[in-house]
Amino acid sequence: MKRIGVFICHCGINIKGTVDVEKITEEIADYPGVAYIENYIFMCSEPGQKLIRDVIIEHKLDGVVVAACSPTLHETTFQDALEEMNINRHQLEVANIREQCSWVHTDIEESTRKANLIIKTAIEKLKLNESLTPIFAPLTKRTLVIGGGIAGIQAALDIADGGYEVLLVERNPSIGGHMIQLSETFPTLDCSQCIMTPKMVAINKHKNIKLYANSEIESIEGFFGNFKVRIKRKPLYVDPDKCTLCDDCTAVCPVVVPSEYDEGLTWRKAIYIPFPQSIPATFTIDTENCLGFNPIACTKCQDACEPDAINYDMKPETFEEEIGAVIVATGFDLNPVENMAEYGYGKYPDVLNGLQFERILSATGPTGGEMFRPSDGKVPKEVVFIQCSGSRDPERHLPYCSRICCMYTLKHAKLYKHKVHDGQPYIFYIDIRSGGKRYEEFVQQAVSEDGIVYIRGKVSRVYREGEKMIVHGMDTLTGKKIEIEADMVVLAMGIIPSADTDKLVNILRLNTDENGFLVEAHPKLRPVESIQSGFYLAGTAQGPKDIPDAVSQASGAAAKVLALMSNDEISHSPIVAIVNEDLCSGCGICVDTCPYGARELDIIEKIATVNDVLCEGCGACISVCPASAAQQKNLTDEQIFNMIRIYTNA
Amino acid sequence: MKEHKPKIICFLCKWCTSAGADLAGTSRLRYPPAILPIRVMCSSRIDPAFIIKAFLNGADGVFIGGCHPGDCHYQEGNYHTRRRFAILKKVFDALGLESKRLKLSWISASEGVKFARVSNEYTEKIKSFGENPTKSNVFL
Repeated sequence: MKRIGVFICHCGINIKGTVDVEKITEEIADYPGVAYIENYIFMCSEPGQKLIRDVIIEHKLDGVVVAACSPTLHETTFQDALEEMNINRHQLEVANIREQCSWVHTDIEESTRKANLIIKTAIEKLKLNESLTPIFAPLTKRTLVIGGGIAGIQAALDIADGGYEVLLVERNPSIGGHMIQLSETFPTLDCSQCIMTPKMVAINKHKNIKLYANSEIESIEGFFGNFKVRIKRKPLYVDPDKCTLCDDCTAVCPVVVPSEYDEGLTWRKAIYIPFPQSIPATFTIDTENCLGFNPIACTKCQDACEPDAINYDMKPETFEEEIGAVIVATGFDLNPVENMAEYGYGKYPDVLNGLQFERILSATGPTGGEMFRPSDGKVPKEVVFIQCSGSRDPERHLPYCSRICCMYTLKHAKLYKHKVHDGQPYIFYIDIRSGGKRYEEFVQQAVSEDGIVYIRGKVSRVYREGEKMIVHGMDTLTGKKIEIEADMVVLAMGIIPSADTDKLVNILRLNTDENGFLVEAHPKLRPVESIQSGFYLAGTAQGPKDIPDAVSQASGAAAKVLALMSNDEISHSPIVAIVNEDLCSGCGICVDTCPYGARELDIIEKIATVNDVLCEGCGACISVCPASAAQQKNLTDEQIFNMIRIYTNA
Repeated sequence: MKEHKPKIICFLCKWCTSAGADLAGTSRLRYPPAILPIRVMCSSRIDPAFIIKAFLNGADGVFIGGCHPGDCHYQEGNYHTRRRFAILKKVFDALGLESKRLKLSWISASEGVKFARVSNEYTEKIKSFGENPTKSNVFL
């Protein structure tokens, strides 16, 4: 029989406060298989680990149970300690007597009794644990980055600069994301396009980056380190190699539709280039609106195109690529406008959302950076900015803070004032959240130098009277009703995960939170990884954040990927399925059950087999096996029955 | 009469419900010590034989916790569990075991509050049923 050492951690008073560790030490000392038992204040400390190492030699242990915190925290710590003493890491079991015992119970007698049982189940499991070695699998040293906004671009460049191949997939015809739409960025007021376009060009030029623009992820198969992804590239209907960007086609195109880049404030043609700095730099046809498709009613652009770059018969192409890791950087959208009917958005042309106002401020925008209002082109003299439009309103809108609106609204007001010196900006706010570096200074400077009037309170209604937009609100500091006759209203709309994030999440099998943002593996200690091995998160897909935070997270995710790519192989948990060939009847139920294709039928021998590399160790095939021929290594039926026995016999 | 202290065997999937139970602990929520955890990789690993064995050995309740439908770490394991659970309840009824003592719940890693709530409610329910009668008349 195994000689098992049991080490009970006090965790200061976290465990000892509600579990009588001395009593358990006495009770379990004589339990069959226990060769040594000890309790200690902090098992995870170096003296605690040294205690384990010393006792292993002294008492010739070949298995260790540590009764402490959740195995998610220190299982590897103690496994490493065992390995140092040349004992296989699978001869360690952690009994979780903190999170699932001492912290949730108050009665010392009861929790001591429960902790005793938990430790005994761990001992019973350990008795039948086999020594296992990790399964090694080859690693595909290529990374898929989904989303070509600033986060995706940064992650792709960092990994590519590290010498590894990157596939960057962007749904739209051009990379750039929302950042390329912005005018100037807070708090430094540097021009967004000026800092963004060099990075976009770098993506296009980098020898390690393959860009799939106008493309979407169709499916992903395989496992950590070796995925196969299918990428569907929608046709541009313009051959980028032939297109000279001469712009003759747009001049003849008879179809006008609202421009996505200018947030509907200007028009574009059905054949268009998203914006002048588009990467890839090419025109594209919007088939929804073009008259050249089904039926062909117009071929004006094709006729006008001298280099003959336009081809209406281009078909979607599907590419299958092998990759080892995925970074999801799918970004955000503004909360849909129809959700803010009370502020007249969509009804009045002079009620704008934040991105539209960015376009008006931008030198490349519809007004060339001049401050005109959309309805009549007059210079707005009084502008009301409404923060938290749809954010922090759990009853009707988004419950969370969108994090960027306080700062971008202030920036809007400031830039407006720079353009209209005699204008008056008002900002309705709930709180001013300026937690970033130099953000508070930016706020103070704007309030003292730019004469921005901050009104604490919410706006109840916005409506038009003649040429004016009437804004009704409440100043909650003075308790007075406020009515402002404004020329323009700007709504700081909250941000939500970008459209179809839910569909992509289903394809990738990732988790989202209640608001649809991707969930990180640990909110504090693993903020750039998903719990799913091989998937990393960057940017606003994971939660609202500003540009510096999005870039930091992207570089963080890239660093994680680079650390992964520096290995030649990945190790895979050996907790996999195994088949007892004598019992297997070859019925094949396990083959149908396995979601990974890890179970196959050996037709000649008429038995089921396990592909260790593909097996993820869920155990679904074990419990369906009618002959109990399949077992899960180190979590066999016998082990589980023994654990049940401990609990029920007590 | 001595108060009946129920024993509830809880099979918790590693990725969601066990992590949710850990969060309940980290958040210092309270639930009764009747809740006795066994961590498995996936709820689909739970063989109906485990549940029947637990009952015949005298467990007063068996609780299975898995990831929410669609969120299974192993893609579709919890769907197997859901179907298997529906059948198992029928088998329980057919054998004269009390299927009302079985519980299946989807609790994610972020739902510590739900884990504590379900644990409290379920323990109360099991208490109201009294001791598992199966233990005294084992017939299998």
